[in-house]
Amino acid sequence: MTAVDIDRINIFMAVRRAARPARRSAFSLALPLLAFLAVAFVAPILYLLVTAVANPETREVLPRTLVALQDWDGKSAPDERVYAALAEDLKVAKDNSTAALLGKRLNYEISGMRSRVLAAARMVEKSDGGPYKEKFVQLGQEWASPETWAVIRRDGASFTPYYLLTALDLRQAPDGSIERVHGDQAIFLDVLGRTLFVAGLVTLFTLLLGYPVAYVLTIAPKAIAGIMMLMVLLPLWTSLLVRTTAWVVLLQSDGIINDILLGLHLTSEKLQLIFTRFGTVTAMTHIQLPFTILPIYSVMRAIPATQLRAARSLGAGPSSAFWRVYAPQTLPGVVAGCLMTFILSLGYYITPALVGGPRDQMVSNFISVYINRDLNWGLAASLGVVLLVVTLAIYLLFLRLVGADKIKLG
Amino acid sequence: MGNRFRGSMLALSLVASLPMFATSALALDKLSVMSFGGAYQEAQRKAVFETYASSMGIKIDEQEYGGEIAKIKAMIESGNTTVDVVDVDAPTLLQGCDEGIFEKIDWSAIGPKEDWIAGTTSECGVGTIVYATTLAYDGAKLPDGPKTIKDLFDTKKFPGKRGLWKNPATNLEFALLADGVPADKVYETLSTPAGVDRAFAKLDTIKDSIVWWEAGAQAPQLLASGEVVMTTAWNGRIYNANKESKDFRIVWDNQILDSNYWVIPKGAKNPAGSLAFIKYAVEPKVLAGIIKYIPYGPVRKSSAQFVAPEDAKNLPTSPQNLTVSLTLDNAFWADNGDEIRKRFTTWLAK
Repeated sequence: MTAVDIDRINIFMAVRRAARPARRSAFSLALPLLAFLAVAFVAPILYLLVTAVANPETREVLPRTLVALQDWDGKSAPDERVYAALAEDLKVAKDNSTAALLGKRLNYEISGMRSRVLAAARMVEKSDGGPYKEKFVQLGQEWASPETWAVIRRDGASFTPYYLLTALDLRQAPDGSIERVHGDQAIFLDVLGRTLFVAGLVTLFTLLLGYPVAYVLTIAPKAIAGIMMLMVLLPLWTSLLVRTTAWVVLLQSDGIINDILLGLHLTSEKLQLIFTRFGTVTAMTHIQLPFTILPIYSVMRAIPATQLRAARSLGAGPSSAFWRVYAPQTLPGVVAGCLMTFILSLGYYITPALVGGPRDQMVSNFISVYINRDLNWGLAASLGVVLLVVTLAIYLLFLRLVGADKIKLG
Repeated sequence: MGNRFRGSMLALSLVASLPMFATSALALDKLSVMSFGGAYQEAQRKAVFETYASSMGIKIDEQEYGGEIAKIKAMIESGNTTVDVVDVDAPTLLQGCDEGIFEKIDWSAIGPKEDWIAGTTSECGVGTIVYATTLAYDGAKLPDGPKTIKDLFDTKKFPGKRGLWKNPATNLEFALLADGVPADKVYETLSTPAGVDRAFAKLDTIKDSIVWWEAGAQAPQLLASGEVVMTTAWNGRIYNANKESKDFRIVWDNQILDSNYWVIPKGAKNPAGSLAFIKYAVEPKVLAGIIKYIPYGPVRKSSAQFVAPEDAKNLPTSPQNLTVSLTLDNAFWADNGDEIRKRFTTWLAK
């Protein structure tokens, strides 16, 4: 290293040092936002990840039983020692009213365990002591089945893959191997595929409809462009629920669209428009249009109009000038707009619920059911994790395909 | 549950309860009551809340919800129970009672359990109304409408779409009832895989003609818009549509009965006040008062004497309507709902 080099480095460091207070105060201004993000964004996601694998029920309600089960051979019904431990655990559970939590957890894997556990807890409370094995088996043969006990032993772990596996239509067989669930229990992969498909369709349609609009916005005279911009933005300012309900009014069998079609004799009978995939995609496309148009518009506005003229004067035809000179430069806006619409569409909930049929319900609808009605937050969180992973994967894929510098989200 | 589990719950429940901190105030001359909103809560307001306020001097601070048990659970886990009394449906009662979300009821302070219709008392909840899921149609469009539940599945006699609740509960029962299973054998049949197959096979016969509804208000809307020729619906919703000069008619044959309950959420600030309110709300005369506004039957036998004859004909529990009926078995659905609902969902998507 020469002296000149060292001087250069020293100067560089000095400049950095001089700028440090400014950087610090800029950073401290951003602190409230960072703290807000930590509470409102990072913490819920961490909580989501933990909830998807948390498995406290069996471990906390049946501590003695799990210890007693440690040297069970797994082939036949366990011996009296295990049943006695179960009886003692259930007695405590009955007092703390935690038996139902255990029953609910086991019921996810074996239908009917909820009432079996509750009945057993009642039996233990009333009984005057052991031996218990016979008393349990009398309540139901399932208490003698090795499969029941294998599930209980497995659920003694602090974390469970159960919810995540279920969200992918997989299950753990009693012997521990992973297999596909039976056909009539397999719903979530189908729902996930449907969610991606609908989001893809909506993205495609918003692009086909929105790209020309964005272009016209950039070349129209100021007064007209202003009115057009207002028409693009107005729906954005209207509540999502209001717009969705408006589509219900338009699409229903006795709705305006059917009346017009019938009045013009374009159809001879009423078309089923509402509660269909068509209705869902139409309504979602309408709602998502501004999100696709605005990024494209902001990129298009920055492209000098002189370039097209230059291309023409150099001999390119109108379509060749547009596609070879203009369109490639709009790519950052197109990618950003499509990405925004696609990712927002993945999370749609209200519109499919109101305008779609049962075959159009997306992942979010199922998450809401598992949170609100079934109180199965583990499965809801797992579906959320799957959706999050898929979204991130698609985002990263886009980055790889077009390059981070090609996406202009602002 | 242990501290770690509870701690991890805190993040979510904290967020969920933030708006509640602002409005909570502990005062004994005020009671916060949460119910289902709409015409039902309006009936409760006129028949119960307002009369309670004027006779006891205790103001009722009303809240509304959509029946989401998650809302109550989040409130309790945040450690700040701001609602004193909640009206819940039967599955919520069962789940909440199981999981210790509701306080135990001191029945000696309420009244003799024998006065309640069978199945409407619980250690955590006091039955308040009985409602029915029934078949309904528009008399203006179908003067000679369906007579029995079998007609729901008869697309030759009654062509056109049918509205059904998007939930396996009630639909599998209706399917078996229409398929000739007697009411007292329905749940026995549904407990076997063959019975579930049979119910789905029956639903298959009309699958292409079904329009599914989710919120109770949608059922009369479907009838009014002509989207369907008949629909299953909650009887009170149909009655209310008729108040807006509709001629919707109810097929009482094979109605499915269910009930609602008053409960006290765990950690309620003023349990004695909550209990006093419930005692008043289920007094025979007060229960009968609700019927003036919405035809949901009283759960107490001693209420019958206070019900006017012209109101009685609209009640699911009136003798002339209660010929063939089934009481929804919520314990069955708590045990088997998970598996059957998944099958129902895959069946819908096929």
